Amino acid sequence: MRGTLATFSLGVTSLALHKLRSALTTLGIMIGVAAVVAMLAIGEGASQAAQDAIRKMGSTNILIQSIKPPVSEDTSGMSSWTANIYGLTYQDARRIKATLADSIEVMVEVRISDKEITVGDQWLQSEILGTSPDYLDVMGMKIKAGGRWITDTDMRSFANVCVLGGGVSETLFPLTDPMGKVIKATGNRFKVVGVLEKLGRRSGSTGRSVDECVYVPQSTSIRRFGETNVKQSGGSREIESVQLHEIKVKVNTVDNVPRAAEVIEKILERGHKEKDYAMTVPLELLRQAKETERRNQLLLFFIASISLIVGGIGIMNVMLATVTERTREIGIRRALGAQKKHIVSQFLVETVVLSGAGGLLGVLVGIVASLLSAAFSDARVLIRLEHPLMAFGISAAVGVCAGLYPAWRAANMDPVEALRHE
Amino acid sequence: MQTAAEVVAHLQGVHRHYHMGTETVRALDGIDLDIHKGCYLAIMGRSGSGKSTMLNILGLLDRPTDGEYTLEGNTVSTLNDKQISALRGEHIGFIFQSFNLIPQLTVLENLEVPLFYQNRIGPESKAKAEELAIRVGLDGRLYHRPTELSGGQQQRVAIARALMNDPLYLLADEPTGNLDSATEEEILCLLDDLHADGMTVIMVTHNPTMGERAERVVWLADGKVESDEVTGK
Repeated sequence: MRGTLATFSLGVTSLALHKLRSALTTLGIMIGVAAVVAMLAIGEGASQAAQDAIRKMGSTNILIQSIKPPVSEDTSGMSSWTANIYGLTYQDARRIKATLADSIEVMVEVRISDKEITVGDQWLQSEILGTSPDYLDVMGMKIKAGGRWITDTDMRSFANVCVLGGGVSETLFPLTDPMGKVIKATGNRFKVVGVLEKLGRRSGSTGRSVDECVYVPQSTSIRRFGETNVKQSGGSREIESVQLHEIKVKVNTVDNVPRAAEVIEKILERGHKEKDYAMTVPLELLRQAKETERRNQLLLFFIASISLIVGGIGIMNVMLATVTERTREIGIRRALGAQKKHIVSQFLVETVVLSGAGGLLGVLVGIVASLLSAAFSDARVLIRLEHPLMAFGISAAVGVCAGLYPAWRAANMDPVEALRHE
Repeated sequence: MQTAAEVVAHLQGVHRHYHMGTETVRALDGIDLDIHKGCYLAIMGRSGSGKSTMLNILGLLDRPTDGEYTLEGNTVSTLNDKQISALRGEHIGFIFQSFNLIPQLTVLENLEVPLFYQNRIGPESKAKAEELAIRVGLDGRLYHRPTELSGGQQQRVAIARALMNDPLYLLADEPTGNLDSATEEEILCLLDDLHADGMTVIMVTHNPTMGERAERVVWLADGKVESDEVTGK
């Protein structure tokens, strides 16, 4: 033990003789390790953020959306009317529900109408979502105290009621309580029965914010707005007929998700000539995100390894110079009884101290850099214990590997030649 | 006389050949020599006579190409590097012409180096270093670095370092070659004193006046013992 301590102390003393050289060598390793730690922390953070976003979509959910198929150009060029009938149908919904009855926990259908909404002088363009009572749970949304969500009774009675998204509520009723107030949309009046808490989340095919929508019973939506949307842009009018814009299926268990997705895909393939729908399976996205993360980490690992190897080459270079410079000392030590192993450990201690110090500083700098990048941007950072440990371990291993050859060379010098060295 | 004293080192038919291209240099060419305990032996010869090679062999820094070298009952040719290093560290005290102190270490640390490799560093090694420093006239210089000492003082440190492991013999290679004449005399007197106290001293030199201080002078020429004389001192 005393011998080990003495060897360690000898190594540190030798390094202290060349402070700048030692500091620069340490810097090489430090930058490598800091880069590994910071890159992994930022990469991990970004990946986790993506995975969380996917998880919020619900790992047991399957989302199906209507997609407008590519419009074939009207060759006559005279018509200013285009009519598009596409997307999910009530029949699709019925088939899915019937086929997967044993594995569906809840299924909700969504119809979207793009309308201008007015309250007194206030107005805004918003999407009105016609949906069912289960939508609230499927989306993980919450109603503010004092209000309620759409009920089965509303559905049966085609009630002219609505629930406002948090953002819509703030825009239309900045100063007053919207509960019980009436909003207008293309001549239809809807009584506000609830307001949603703001979620700051986007959803659906249009990537709309869930806070900026108005929610009405699906039955009411069909009766008041019909299935046809007329869009006017420039001199042309576009008629769109879509029965359902979205179907959200909540499967009872995670294990059933892949099979359910497969069945839904088959049902839709059979019922649609064109691919006018898109299916999103968050579980599958999550799996892909994890796979991407694994690949990214491997890539980062390789990039970082390169910087560590460069640092290692720096150490080896310095140690080879040190060995040459101290050839005579090696000869003296051999003459005084040093065995080869003593010379090897003397030089290895120096490289381990250099790389160890570089590794420790690198871990610290890497963590600080990650935290700073999180503080000064909206990037999410996640430092896993194993990453700094791994980076430090690699740096120590690089140090040992880089030191082995110079140490071996020193130990195998001919003592007579070494003593003659000027 | 010397023949009655214990033999500490025995060389029989020792050869050391070097190959330089197609030529073979016979640095030592059949040396037979017994070194007795407590003797003061000078190995002399002209440049290229094989003195340095002889020193390297005696100091276990080099091995004979052929022949037998026995030190304390150990036949050197049968030992591996680890055993030879240990033997060197335990039994031989080197004094070099250019002192060969480690510049970054203090006098005390330099003195402790031989014991470091025998795992004998501690209060005892420090006490011994202090005792030897006083003996060679270096009292109060233990914490100086070699660069802060004169040539004579550095050689005294080297002599004290050579004594740290209680060696079988001191092996001095032109110990005053880098010193002025006054300091040379001091160092030679110190070696005389050590010999008087019973230390075996082997000095390699080309300087005849230094050889005169030895009890026995071995002259080498072309790698062979040319003469082996007892001076009667």
